[in-house]
Amino acid sequence: MTVPGAGSPGSRTARLRFALAATGALAMLFPVYWMVVTALSSPAELRSAELRLWPSAINWANFTGPWSKFPYPTWFLNSVVIAVTAVVLTVVINLMAGYAFAKLRFPGRNVLFILILSTLMVPVQVVMVPQFHLVVDFGMLGSNWGVIVPRLAEAFGLFMARQFMMAIPDELVEAAQVDGAGQLRIFTRVVLPLCKPLIAVLVIFTFMWRWNEFAWPLIVLKEAESYTLQVGLLFLKNQYGHDYGALLAMSLVSMIPMLVVFALFQRHFVEGMARSGIK
Amino acid sequence: MASVSSLPRETPAVPPPAGRGVRPARLRSRRSREAIAGLLFAAPAIAVFAVFMFWPLVKVVWISLQKTSGFGIARWVGLRNYQDILADPIFWRALLNTTLYTALSVPLCLVAGLAAALLLNKRMPARGLLRAIYYMPAVISGVSSALIAVWMFNEDLGIVNRLLDLLGLDPVHWQSEGLPAMLSLVAVGLWIGLGFNMVVYLAALQGIPRQVYEAARCDGASRWQTLRSITIPSLAPTTFFLVVIGIINSFQVFDIVYVMTGGGPGNSTTMLVTYAYTTGFEQRQQGYASAIGVLLYLIVLVMTIVQWRVNRRRDTP
Repeated sequence: MTVPGAGSPGSRTARLRFALAATGALAMLFPVYWMVVTALSSPAELRSAELRLWPSAINWANFTGPWSKFPYPTWFLNSVVIAVTAVVLTVVINLMAGYAFAKLRFPGRNVLFILILSTLMVPVQVVMVPQFHLVVDFGMLGSNWGVIVPRLAEAFGLFMARQFMMAIPDELVEAAQVDGAGQLRIFTRVVLPLCKPLIAVLVIFTFMWRWNEFAWPLIVLKEAESYTLQVGLLFLKNQYGHDYGALLAMSLVSMIPMLVVFALFQRHFVEGMARSGIK
Repeated sequence: MASVSSLPRETPAVPPPAGRGVRPARLRSRRSREAIAGLLFAAPAIAVFAVFMFWPLVKVVWISLQKTSGFGIARWVGLRNYQDILADPIFWRALLNTTLYTALSVPLCLVAGLAAALLLNKRMPARGLLRAIYYMPAVISGVSSALIAVWMFNEDLGIVNRLLDLLGLDPVHWQSEGLPAMLSLVAVGLWIGLGFNMVVYLAALQGIPRQVYEAARCDGASRWQTLRSITIPSLAPTTFFLVVIGIINSFQVFDIVYVMTGGGPGNSTTMLVTYAYTTGFEQRQQGYASAIGVLLYLIVLVMTIVQWRVNRRRDTP
């Protein structure tokens, strides 16, 4: 949408504007580009006084070295298992709760919803000690479940699910009731088929949050074998000291799944974020 | 909300539900069936929130009144932890640092996000790609972002100081001096947060009716006048939302701080959340850490309430 009076496309202002936007985009991209350059450079090259914008020789050792020296594949697998399990459980819980809070009247509904919503602004660090005690009590310390279960209470996803389902006309639900359908049937046959955009956004965002999560796995996971990628990267940083080529190569590999998801579903990210902002 | 408006609006005319208002007994049973269904559908969410959120929020207050070290026996000490915290220079330093980080990064993200949104709201080639690039850092983990930054801000070999050198400027001690270290954190926070602010502003810009701009043009308003007296005031609710979210997020900044500076040098970048973490899980003083957590919660709560109050007063003059 162009603002009238702000110059038609192709005019000098429009070209200037594009140049500005493109320069900004290059600046935003630069750190990732620099990460790629560093990951492909040999240690000697990184220390040389000469500044090069592309390595003189591609050095793959940064990728192969740490991959075999540290349990990196295990960390990768742990991250996948945790993210996928958490996504499935969280999205199911949030869809069900979203339906209940949006379409079904039950005692305490509004109070509960406000209570849940108010936890949006609770920093992890406020509840980390009691949550840690719970994880210990449930015998989940050091396990994937210890990372997954306390994070199933995801207020933002629940909020998005409820807001989306509020927009589904009540008449659809009532019509199905008149036809004698039970609530489970209405939920799975009438409501969920209308929620595909919502499900996409919930899956993508939950995956991102769990894949990138750092503070909580850092608290729960103690053995190197049980680390997720994010905790493993910190471990590498402490072990590797100043071998930035290898460190950034491993960091780059850890980013690939997230960047692929982003490239494929970029529209959903932007829409999901914008939606959270409007409501 | 494009996807919601695409939902079927025109539902076929539905006959009024048979029981409504006619047979109260059946209605009551339908109501109670609905209540049971509602509770069952919400039950998993209620259970996880009760066990892993509400209960910890109560228990953290309880733990904050105890002295615990390691996994040893907890001793009841009343308000002792709070007294200690108020006399703890590192706590005050962490509060100051968190406030400084917030005061720097929230306005920067707002201004940069608005500028990017205004630019990318105009028709231009590859607009979708450009928007995606501005948003991309938000999907990269805090740890990875911090690792790139540690290398880029490296004092001897990092690209930032090398570029400063090319420009004939002195190298900056990003990692061994307090203020530069804080500024490097703010820079990373801006890189991560700009895209979110841009996307929310872009959505809000769509909501400003075109006619307003056309009217302004007819009145001969300059581009700057239009921006100042139409666009920015129309975006005020969005700006408010972004300030609230920005402050809440900045008060929780953990990943980039813990990985980039670890709170150093000295305690010049220690934040409330990193301090709570190190006392609770590195020094194993869980009572003390919980008390910091409670205070952090109170601070965030008070700020949120104040902000809503201010906003409501401004809305109803």
